[in-house]
Amino acid sequence: MESAQKFFKTIRDVPTEDYFAPGHRLCAGCGPSLAMKLAMKAIRMPTLVVNATGCVEVSTSLFPYVSWRLPWVHVAFENAAAVASGISEAFKILEKKGRGKKHDVIAIAGDGGTFDIGLQALSGALERNHKMLYICYDNEAYMNTGIQRSGATPTGAATTTSPAGKVIPGKQERKKDLIGIVVAHRIPYAATASISHPLDFINKVRKALEIDGATFIHVLTPCTLGWRYPSSQTIKIARLAVETRYFPIIEVENGRVRINIKVARPRPLEEFLEAQGRFRHLFEPENKHILEILKQQVEENWNRLLKLGEIGLYA
Amino acid sequence: MSEIDVDKIIKGEFSWKTLPPAAMVKVPTSLEYKTGVWRIEKPIIDQSKCTKCLLCWIYCPDMAVKRIDGGSVEIDYEFCKGCGICAEVCPAKAIKMVEE
Amino acid sequence: MSRLKQVRKIALTGDEAVAYAAKQADVDVIAAYPITPQTIIVERLSRYVADGELNAAFIQAESEHSAISICLGAALTGARTFTSTASQGLALMHEILHVASSMRAPIVMAIANRALNSPLNIHCDHSDVMNARDTGWAHLFANNVQQAYDLTLMAFKIAEDPELLLPVSVNLDGFILTHSVEPLEVLSDEDVQGYIPHIPYPYRIDFDRPLAYGVMALPDTYMEFRRQLHEVITKTPQVFRKASESFSKISGRLYNLTAPYFVEDAEIIVVGLGSTVETLRYVARKFRGRNAKVGVVGLTMYRPFPEEEVAKTLADAKCVAVMDRAYSYGGVGGPLYTDILSTLYKNGIRTMIADFVYGLGGRDFKLTDAEELFNKLVKSVEVGRFDQDIYWWGVRE
Repeated sequence: MESAQKFFKTIRDVPTEDYFAPGHRLCAGCGPSLAMKLAMKAIRMPTLVVNATGCVEVSTSLFPYVSWRLPWVHVAFENAAAVASGISEAFKILEKKGRGKKHDVIAIAGDGGTFDIGLQALSGALERNHKMLYICYDNEAYMNTGIQRSGATPTGAATTTSPAGKVIPGKQERKKDLIGIVVAHRIPYAATASISHPLDFINKVRKALEIDGATFIHVLTPCTLGWRYPSSQTIKIARLAVETRYFPIIEVENGRVRINIKVARPRPLEEFLEAQGRFRHLFEPENKHILEILKQQVEENWNRLLKLGEIGLYA
Repeated sequence: MSEIDVDKIIKGEFSWKTLPPAAMVKVPTSLEYKTGVWRIEKPIIDQSKCTKCLLCWIYCPDMAVKRIDGGSVEIDYEFCKGCGICAEVCPAKAIKMVEE
Repeated sequence: MSRLKQVRKIALTGDEAVAYAAKQADVDVIAAYPITPQTIIVERLSRYVADGELNAAFIQAESEHSAISICLGAALTGARTFTSTASQGLALMHEILHVASSMRAPIVMAIANRALNSPLNIHCDHSDVMNARDTGWAHLFANNVQQAYDLTLMAFKIAEDPELLLPVSVNLDGFILTHSVEPLEVLSDEDVQGYIPHIPYPYRIDFDRPLAYGVMALPDTYMEFRRQLHEVITKTPQVFRKASESFSKISGRLYNLTAPYFVEDAEIIVVGLGSTVETLRYVARKFRGRNAKVGVVGLTMYRPFPEEEVAKTLADAKCVAVMDRAYSYGGVGGPLYTDILSTLYKNGIRTMIADFVYGLGGRDFKLTDAEELFNKLVKSVEVGRFDQDIYWWGVRE
């Protein structure tokens, strides 16, 4: 992995303290919960979290039980980036005026609160380049409300609002290129990550926090219930997503692309898909064309990233 | 004022006057909720096989694998939900999931 | 030192006066989205910041929803926050207005009252703030530019009072006040700083004392939190009075929850909000000159509704006319009328009462209109009743 400096070289170097506490209500084997734990391992100074409505928010703040060990703010679904902007600027001016102490601000939202309803607030925050890290934990659907499709749901996936029906077999539309959208705002740092590669993710979080500007990490977090697989498989599926090139692990630093995990010999996409119930219908003969479309998307995306890596500039 | 008695609240022994204003809770409080009761299976670590790689520790979504003296790990059964990730990721196959 | 030396009399528009007040209040964070007729407020403030006259973070948000969200986040750090909007912008903020009050964020917002779509209309009426009646914000109404300035300063004092910690809006009529130049007395910077010093927000975000804000509450606890909010809001009048008293010491102007005018022996009382109150007062004075027993009461604080004061003022009136610059579609009548009606009934007061829906979309309510209104009221009292409950004033039938 050729990411820049490593703050934590091995797993042993990762701090034992947890700013994300046990006792939360997320499912057994929940991908997002692991992402929260890992992200919280990387904090470096007074930090707070702004959380959008979603699986994580609801399951970690069910009054009176709260499973965070730092200040945690929830306002609404679509404005995590806006609330974080306000907090970031407020601390900055307060410190300047001698009435406060700067805190690192981490906005955390799911794909629902980022790709779709949260996109406007995110765009505004990125354009204004406030000092904040935005982490989007992506389980590829609105899981908290019952597995409805989102702009992050991939082609072919079955969700409750894009079911694998007789006439329309799953979601027909493509997954948004969120990193592309984010990088188009020309922020200093954006990256993708997977919970299967914890050191990479933790280091990226820390790297982002050290940057004085808007930073963004898109982390893939499989959902045992929504993706339909046994809870013990979460890490394996997250790893397959990377190893099949389905979810490339990259960094974009000041517009320059770096592929962190160069998957030289990708595993067949089928291995990733057949491990999940939400893609089961793609293995029916009548849906074979969708499977091919998905494979083509993955291949084109990878090649595109390779080329961007050569050119150097994503945006 | 933001300190709360979780126990009393769960029992319903509170009034609008005794709850924290705007529900601002002094964190953390979830440690009072023992998610271990969710389990159907539990992980058992065979310490003799453990290579102290700490993969189970890093991958546990519930912070239910604890690092202990000597470099190894142990399960915090108060919070372990029995998801089976630790058993799955262990390269030495030192963790078995057994029925609760 | 003589007080006279410390105040200055200048001429400003309502928008400029509000911006000037916010500047003197040394706000820390301003997040706003431009919308006519509030734009001057935002532009002035950004100029103050750009020129170094105001040490604040000026953020032009990408929408009003984000503007109020930014303010909410900022308020939780203990920063003094200010925003401003109107009409559709306020409507877009709506979801977060409820959250701001229930999260106890002392935000101050100036609303340049403007009609809601559709049709699109950029001129004055109160439909925007009326839509926000139930959001748990305190709503203050200015009758003129002086009041716009004064109430903005008072709003910070009220909002940030440790007993309250609630968001407050200052309403000024779009264009009529926002863009009209009027003379006003402004206080000295020192006086303002002395009046509203920065005090620590008791629940400020602090890593060393970590709190969770905006948690989820199930049916077993949610209602208690709402009961709490209700309780806090009932403290607003006393906090207002405290803020008003200390304000009068530095300004010589004392504000009450309501502004009664010639009501002591009035048979006919007209109730209103905003700049129209001045029009009504002017004409009421004329009618008093002809020995007609008329009076006017303007509400300075509309929410929480000053029920006690209103009931007392209207108790002996033979006839009440309510001026509504908004309507509650599908309701019993206009919003102010509905509040007055409930107040009267609750307090056992039965009197002739009618709702006058006027000035929607900026339709002018001139002195001649006020004269016609008072004449009509006098006539109706003679007859003993109104021929309608709800009058749509000046509408072409």
